[in-house]
Amino acid sequence: MFLKKYISDVFGAVRSLLKGMRLTGYYFTHRKEIITQQYPDNREEMKLPERFRGEVVMLHDEHNEHACTGCTACELACPNGTIKIITKFDITPEGKKKKALDTFIYHLELCTMCNLCIEACPTDAIKMAQNFEHSVYDRSELTKKLNKPGSKIREGVE
Amino acid sequence: MIQEVGTTEQGDLVVNLGPQHPSTHGVLHLVVTLNGETIKKVEPHLGYIHRSIEKMCESLSYRQFIYVTSRMDYLSSHINNHGCALCVEKGMQIEVPPRAKAIRVLMGELTRLASHQLWWGAMAMDIGALTPFFHAFREREAINDIMEETCGARLTMNYMVPGGVMADLHPNFQKRVKEFINFFRGKLHEYDELVTGNIIFKSRMEGIGYLSPEDAVSYGCTGPTARGSGVSCDIRKLYPYEVYGELQFEEVTATGGDCFARYMVRMQEMRQSISIIEQLIDNIPEGQFQAKTKAVLKLPKGEFYSRVETARGEFGVYIISEGGTTPYRIKFRSPGFSNLSALDHMARGHKIGDLVAIMGTLDLVIPDIDR
Repeated sequence: MFLKKYISDVFGAVRSLLKGMRLTGYYFTHRKEIITQQYPDNREEMKLPERFRGEVVMLHDEHNEHACTGCTACELACPNGTIKIITKFDITPEGKKKKALDTFIYHLELCTMCNLCIEACPTDAIKMAQNFEHSVYDRSELTKKLNKPGSKIREGVE
Repeated sequence: MIQEVGTTEQGDLVVNLGPQHPSTHGVLHLVVTLNGETIKKVEPHLGYIHRSIEKMCESLSYRQFIYVTSRMDYLSSHINNHGCALCVEKGMQIEVPPRAKAIRVLMGELTRLASHQLWWGAMAMDIGALTPFFHAFREREAINDIMEETCGARLTMNYMVPGGVMADLHPNFQKRVKEFINFFRGKLHEYDELVTGNIIFKSRMEGIGYLSPEDAVSYGCTGPTARGSGVSCDIRKLYPYEVYGELQFEEVTATGGDCFARYMVRMQEMRQSISIIEQLIDNIPEGQFQAKTKAVLKLPKGEFYSRVETARGEFGVYIISEGGTTPYRIKFRSPGFSNLSALDHMARGHKIGDLVAIMGTLDLVIPDIDR
């Protein structure tokens, strides 16, 4: 009785090991199952989904105009103090003072890509871009100014 | 004061496992007292990855604090966010649209699958089998791609907002999830073939780390750890939230109480998750994905508690509000902390090699324990 159990155990053990090895052998001989991506070489073909959060960018149209009113909703929505908005006062043709964006400072090194600023923006002036290769040689390069030099607010955006 | 190194007066050897040890999954520091090769005592030391998340949350608004909980149990970050969103909704009495409820459950089950896949690979690697790790990551990649397309991120999604979800489902979502389910069903069979039936694996797992149902309850274990001992504790069944009450699924329990029982519970849970996703994927209600909420959320004065079932057990969020825009105090009940407390009890009398197997089946995530 003991011998019978012992022998069946041994055969069962060998069978279970061969089963696993058969699977390993299958993947060893079937090259089409390989899913490894050759990352730096396939940069051109690799496309990230449009919702992927890489970094915050400000949208500018062909006239170098953006939609940011400087309302600081994104600054208040950010949990980490990633965004700092400096506003200035423009003089309108009627001679009135109007609050406008001066500098949109974005600290990429503090950003956790939580998308709350994009959700908070009332005019859809900012969005998430798909680039993810953020490594730089100096930390100061991660602090970015998002509004392009000479840009101004688009007509009709309130 | 616990002795941290050397030999004790009784002649037992004190060994430090971690904090930088490959098999402790992060920065878990275990001070193990050994008699020869037999474990006499295991003393976990925490604090290496303490980020004071609970304190941080006190200075964040009710929309902002949700993203921080992704950094606790990063493998089921979506379900953590879900618990926080539920608690805020409870306080504000926000009615979540049916579509958002279905999306939340779908995403939660996908997260559970991804978490269990990683657990399976990492645990087999702890035991000494390297191949399963690559198999598990291959399947997990498919889920990550689905998440990336709809939520915008792979690990810390932050897809939940109080009142619903951040964005609607991607048009490809249903097609890709169905493809994944078909693909993964076959792979689950491979998992069983590769590891579950393996004689070396079985002899390392069976009879190791026994936890009786009484001990599981008294240590406060939840999730697959307690269900492996036969304790029924699935929040999805006992206190159904969102649409779990309308779904057909079984609460998986095992009676063994050893490492193998816990392993089998998680393997069966993956099948149950697949069945939940299959029931929901064609029946997502139309409508809004987010309820209309105020721009600034203010919880009324009082105390609110909500709980969800993460991949590791019960995750509770307890908010005390003074009526302002930020919580007065937040307490998270993380499943990993209670599960870890049973480790000493389970490991006593076993060999040092078995400690790694027991830790593997507890599915510890250190930032969750030490938040």
